[in-house]
Amino acid sequence: MTKKHMRGMAAVIVAAATAATLAGCATGGTTSSSSTSAAGGTYTFWDPYPQFDATSAWAKRIDSCGTEAGVTIERTGYDTTDLTNKALLAGQQGSSPDLLLVDNPVVSTLADAGILNTTKDLGLDTSAFEANILAAGQINGDTFGVPIGANTLALYYNKSVLSAAGVDIASVKDWSSLTDALTKVAAAGKKGITFSAIGTEEGSFQFLPWFWGSGAKLTELNSTAGVDALTLWTDWVKNGLAPNSVLNNTQTTTWQEFLTGEYAFGENGTWQLQSVKDSGIDYGILTIPAKTGGPAPAPTGGEFLTIPVQSDTARYGTSVKIANCLTSTAALVDTDNTLSYVAPTKEAQAAQVAKTPDLQPWVDAVASAKGRTSDNLGTKYPLISEQLWGAVQQSLSGSQTPQAAADQAQSAAATATK
Amino acid sequence: MATTETLSRRSAGNAGGEASTPPPAPTRRKRRRPSTGQLAAWGFLAPLIVYLLVFYAYPLYRNIELSLHDYTVRSFVQGGAAFVGFDNYVSVFTDPTFGPALLHTALFTVISIIFQFSIGMGLAVFFHQHFKLSATLRALFLVPWLLPLIVSASTWAWMLNSESGIVNSVIEGLGGQQVNWLTSPQWALTSVIIANIWIGIPFNLVILYSGLQNIPNDLYEAAALDGANGWQKFWRITFPLLRPVSAITILLGLIYTLKVFDIIWIMTRGGPADSSTTLATWSYQMAFGTALPDFSPAAAVGNVLIIIALIFGFLYIAAQRRQEKNS
Repeated sequence: MTKKHMRGMAAVIVAAATAATLAGCATGGTTSSSSTSAAGGTYTFWDPYPQFDATSAWAKRIDSCGTEAGVTIERTGYDTTDLTNKALLAGQQGSSPDLLLVDNPVVSTLADAGILNTTKDLGLDTSAFEANILAAGQINGDTFGVPIGANTLALYYNKSVLSAAGVDIASVKDWSSLTDALTKVAAAGKKGITFSAIGTEEGSFQFLPWFWGSGAKLTELNSTAGVDALTLWTDWVKNGLAPNSVLNNTQTTTWQEFLTGEYAFGENGTWQLQSVKDSGIDYGILTIPAKTGGPAPAPTGGEFLTIPVQSDTARYGTSVKIANCLTSTAALVDTDNTLSYVAPTKEAQAAQVAKTPDLQPWVDAVASAKGRTSDNLGTKYPLISEQLWGAVQQSLSGSQTPQAAADQAQSAAATATK
Repeated sequence: MATTETLSRRSAGNAGGEASTPPPAPTRRKRRRPSTGQLAAWGFLAPLIVYLLVFYAYPLYRNIELSLHDYTVRSFVQGGAAFVGFDNYVSVFTDPTFGPALLHTALFTVISIIFQFSIGMGLAVFFHQHFKLSATLRALFLVPWLLPLIVSASTWAWMLNSESGIVNSVIEGLGGQQVNWLTSPQWALTSVIIANIWIGIPFNLVILYSGLQNIPNDLYEAAALDGANGWQKFWRITFPLLRPVSAITILLGLIYTLKVFDIIWIMTRGGPADSSTTLATWSYQMAFGTALPDFSPAAAVGNVLIIIALIFGFLYIAAQRRQEKNS
């Protein structure tokens, strides 16, 4: 053979090898997951916590639960929004992870796609969990996972700003007393309240306590109560009691605004508790008031542990063992302290409060909270929510009156959920 | 690839004034069983073909397929999505968001390109003077290009923040009123266009600058002897000789700008209330913006964008053919 021919042959071989590798990639995923039998082997676990690396307490907890069940767990952390798409694609390819931890409003979407097993089919006991938290994972009477913790929203307040403006926090009981307090703060040269009204799910999440607190229902966005809630926020922005930047605030940027110490109130979640302690702000926590007083139902946040459908059903036994291990009281207390969440069971909540008394207002807030996909809305919720944050944006930016924005949102939502 | 090759050949032909002759037709060998040489040729070609099929043809096919079926999350996973023909396109075209999104896309693209190109051209001519520090300054102008988009877009968002942004504090310092750059429907689109112009200038600068270097200096010397001033030199020599380079710069700019998504998404999420939504952000919003992905109409919007880009590509090729015929 001449040198030239040898080179030619080599090229053919390289090309063939490339094709073979590509083919290998395509089948690799399925062979590795189906060849391992029920006992021993590797179990996959996806969660939305890319911030925790292999040395974190969370990763170690998962490892030890794997060891307890006699398997190795391979954990991957994805960004929250990315995880939904990854889970759908994996479902399509038949390569779902054995355990999947997802944000609670996504559960109904994945369940609708037929990716998730019901807890009943799996024999996973859900009786210990608080009904209002578990409800976010229930559709048509079926439960598609268990919560590992819950968070919700409340108002953080800055005591020094309030006292400088002469506001007694005990006087803040309902919407009108809150608006009065904000007006006093603004008159004293400080800023009233900051929240997130961005055009994404975060915006709806933050608006819901006011929407529900007014007595409105997601099935009727343009009810008088719904328009009242929209008007409350719109007037705050219009009268300078809330900054215009709320329209573009994520929950992180609104928190940064509150941490400047200029704001009297900031609407934010359980997960900021550590941050506010570190900031040195003299803070307090107030449950978001309903229109006429009393606590408003805030939406529950937090993740659900689900067990996706596998071709090899023998794997479920071990997956359930791992799930039980991760939701044991000791594990929940540990995990929820790490995440700064409220535990989803009474027993674990009591243990948390015993250790961190600050958590009591949050435990109360979670008790009156409500899942976004509850009331059997399921996959209708994302469609309604999109219109709800749209209405908030329309109204707060002044493009439309609260009434017109709510009417438009309701008719669009009605068409979308038909 | 092909366009840049013809372009450099053309500009060389223009500048040098030499007639291009078509290459001689290859003499065809008699057909017989494939030689090892031919096999090797296929071997070399195979990885490329596989690559093109897997990474270009298939995604494109899949996007068209998605847009012609009614995919729900269930049918996306389980299969069996109903074929609906052009229903998704009809629903996209009749959606109240379509009109504004198309208008915003057009405004965003056209205004961005006008400013990017004219500022880039001005800077290219400026730096062509070769003064001291021109290389350093030119390098500094490339910074927007080198920064990751997430960094530049977030920085713009901070600068334009209503309450604490530096732009507003300057305006208020000069006695003006707070402008809600990102949060008022009147300003949101303008703000993202400004940011996009800033990001696009280096690209125009670099390409036009390299085009300038292909213009022989004797032309300017001859013009100077004839008594042409700077303005005349620009309009009579620089601008006409830069035409082919300008055309490709604008075409590439057009295609880049049509599909700009990250800057808008990071700065305004297409809001407030759709006031800065373009076709690209709308498509993303439908597919990934909610907990319930709506892939089919999103793919339809994506395909509309591809078709718009294609139309401009064809217009460019047609214009180039006409130019070649005339010269």
